[in-house]
Order: sequence, then structure tokens, then C-alpha cells
Amino acid sequence: MIDATGYSCPTPVLMVQKEVKAKAPKTLEVLVDNRCAVENVTRFARNSGYAVRVEEREEDFLLTLER
Amino acid sequence: MEKKTQQIPAGTSWLGQNWLLLLTGFLVGAAALVLNLLGNPGNMGFCIACFERDIAGALGLHSAAPVQYFRPEIVGIVLGSLLMALARKEFRGKGGSAPALRFGLGALVMIGALVFLGCPLRMVIRIGGGDLNAVVGLVGFIAGILVGLVFLKKGFNLGRAYRQSPLEGLAFPGALLLMFLLCVTGLCGLFRSSEAGPGSLRAPWYAAILAGLLVGALAQRSRFCMVGGVRDAVMFKEFGLISAFGTVIVTVLLGNLLLRKFTGFSFEGQPVAHSDGLWNFLGMSVVGWGSVLLGGCPLRQLVLAGEGNSDSAVTVLGMIFGAALSHNFKLASSGDGSTPNGHMAVIIALVILLAVSLVMSFARGKEGKK
Repeated sequence: MIDATGYSCPTPVLMVQKEVKAKAPKTLEVLVDNRCAVENVTRFARNSGYAVRVEEREEDFLLTLER
Repeated sequence: MEKKTQQIPAGTSWLGQNWLLLLTGFLVGAAALVLNLLGNPGNMGFCIACFERDIAGALGLHSAAPVQYFRPEIVGIVLGSLLMALARKEFRGKGGSAPALRFGLGALVMIGALVFLGCPLRMVIRIGGGDLNAVVGLVGFIAGILVGLVFLKKGFNLGRAYRQSPLEGLAFPGALLLMFLLCVTGLCGLFRSSEAGPGSLRAPWYAAILAGLLVGALAQRSRFCMVGGVRDAVMFKEFGLISAFGTVIVTVLLGNLLLRKFTGFSFEGQPVAHSDGLWNFLGMSVVGWGSVLLGGCPLRQLVLAGEGNSDSAVTVLGMIFGAALSHNFKLASSGDGSTPNGHMAVIIALVILLAVSLVMSFARGKEGKK
């Protein structure tokens, strides 16, 4: 799981991009703490062929990327 | 604990994802045109750097008589973003990601912007007004962003932020609102106010604050950013933000044509601009590089400050400090051209940006744990 809480964009997207490029995982969990990061990671993931499930937690958002 | 789950399929509809950005770009361009018609300076209907510089002057932080006015547009953007963030439950006090570095980077961005004479937003407004010097600035701006991106790819970041109290997030918008209220209730006599020059050219305060509120609210919602456009296009092959950037140029250009204000493209005789190509290029390189390290352009910093991000509030304060330095020590250009002090400042800024980029990419050291 990638913990990108506390980071503002584009860092969370960069973290995901690095993981996707290196390992092309079938599923990937990403934890972020702001809407902007949710939108940006989701956009990047969809353009990379992943479906995204966004789960809103109290403070954070857990994104599950699957393909 | 509240749990909400949303399923989003793979694949994209470009317009579906980006229509709000395009609308924001159109509105920003339209606001610049309207505010210009209502009295704001030429090709400066909407300029974040210039307006923060005017605010620095109004507060007496510098004593350049022609550029002093407490610009309501800036207050409007921050409050518009704040209201939108509150409505969408996105307002959160947070901060603590390298505030001193951000303050310094904000100052450098402002110094670069005032050598060129405009922030990224005014740069595109100038292009739409036919100012070719701004095209030179754009090339420098992109060059600066590309250099910054090299470090971003190597792992540059300014460290994580932490949750803060709502009051920490409200401090900066609150201070702006207080000063604005002092202004409109007639107590603005406290602040300095230009009687000639760009600072004396102004749209009525109610139009200025309204335009700011609209732009701030929409930019919060769409994440509009002038630096993010080039960044996302290069790094992620995503063209939404850069399309919004183009929309501003097209809107301003068409608007100027419709209003019969467009007199063709040229380098000479442009309002509040100079033709020192090298320094237009290097000034905007500092802006591009500094902004990409900061994670957003000057407009985006105002919007983030409205969302409760005190790191961005500190960045804006750094920009206002940079404006004061620029005018106290003759770093800022004028219509007559750039200055020797300005040249020196830009070179020093580039060296500092390189040092910060290198250290924060490769030798960050240990940071506090969560």
C-alpha cells in the first residue's frame, strides 16, 4: 500500500506512477488525505487502465486500483 | 465511522473530466477583460503577482508610489475558494511542510515575476493582448518548469504536511477579510493608495471582489493552475489543465478583437511591459521553476490558502515579501526595461533554486514521523 497522506499534488500521483511503471500490479491500494489527490490519482489510474474504488474514511481516502 | 464507497471504472471521457477546467479558463479570461474595461491597467485585468505587489505597497512594505492599492481581487480569490471548500466539505487546516523554504521560494517567484512584469496569468493575458514579449516569457516559463520536473522525477518534494486546527487554516483568509472590511468601510485611509501609475488604475471594488470570488470558487472546484498545465502534460500526458491555460489566451484574444482593442502582435509599446528578451525569459524561468517546486502557480497558492493550507498562506506572504524587496531595492523592471539589480537577483534566484532542488531531491535527511 502507498501511504501518500500529508503530501500535496503531484507527489501522490508520482508515487503511484512509480509503482505502476515498476511493477504494473493487478491491484494497488493508495491512501491520500485530500480531494485533489483523490481526483488526480483517479484520473491517472483510469488513463492507465485501472478501475478505482474510493472509500471515504474519517480523515483519509483509501483508493483501490484494479485491472 | 462514516464510510462511503464509490466505484469508478477505467477509461475516460476527456470532456467529461475537463469541462470545468475549460469553463474556469474562460471565466478567468473574461474576468480579465471585464476588469480591464472597468478600469484595471492594460493587459493586467487579472494578475496575481501585480496585485500582491500593490497590496505590499498599500501596507507600506515598499514605497514605490505608482504601485500601491489594496486589491480586492486577491481577497476575493481566497474567500471564493474558502466558501467553495466549506460548501464541499474540503476545508481543512493543514500545514507544516517546509514553511520557511516555501516562504523563500514564494519570494523568489515574485522577484522573477516582477523582472518579467507579471505572473503566469498575466503572461497569458499579455499574449492574448498581442504582447510578443510575453511569448518570450512563456518559453522561459516552460523551460523553468521542465528543469523543475527533472528534480520532481528524481524524488524532489518539500515533505509532508500535517493536520492543523481550523483556526490555523482560517488565519490568513480572516486577516485578508478584516483588511478588506477596513477598506470598504472607509478606514482604508490607513493604507497607502497610488494617485498615478498602475496602482491608480482600478475597477470598482465591488466588481473586483465579485470577479475574485467567482474565479476563486471555480478554481477551487476545478484545481485550475497555470504551472500544473505544463507539468501534467509532460509528466502524465494529461492535457486538461493546459487546455484551460490555452482557453485563457483564446478568450482574451477573441475578447480584445471583439472590443476592437487588439492592435496586432508586437514587441514594442505594450502596456506595463519591456522588451529585454533575455530577462523576460530568465525572469519567467524563475517563476516556472519555483512554482513547480511549490506545487502550483501564484493563483493556485491563493486558492490552496483559502482551503485552509497554511503552507500556501506562508507562500503568499513570501511573495508579498518578495514584492517589497523588489521595489525597495530596484529589482523590479518597469516599462523602461529591467535593472542591473534585477539581473543580479534573477541569477541569485536561479542558483538558490538549483541548490534547493538538489538538496530536497537527493539529501533531504530525516523528517518527523507521522
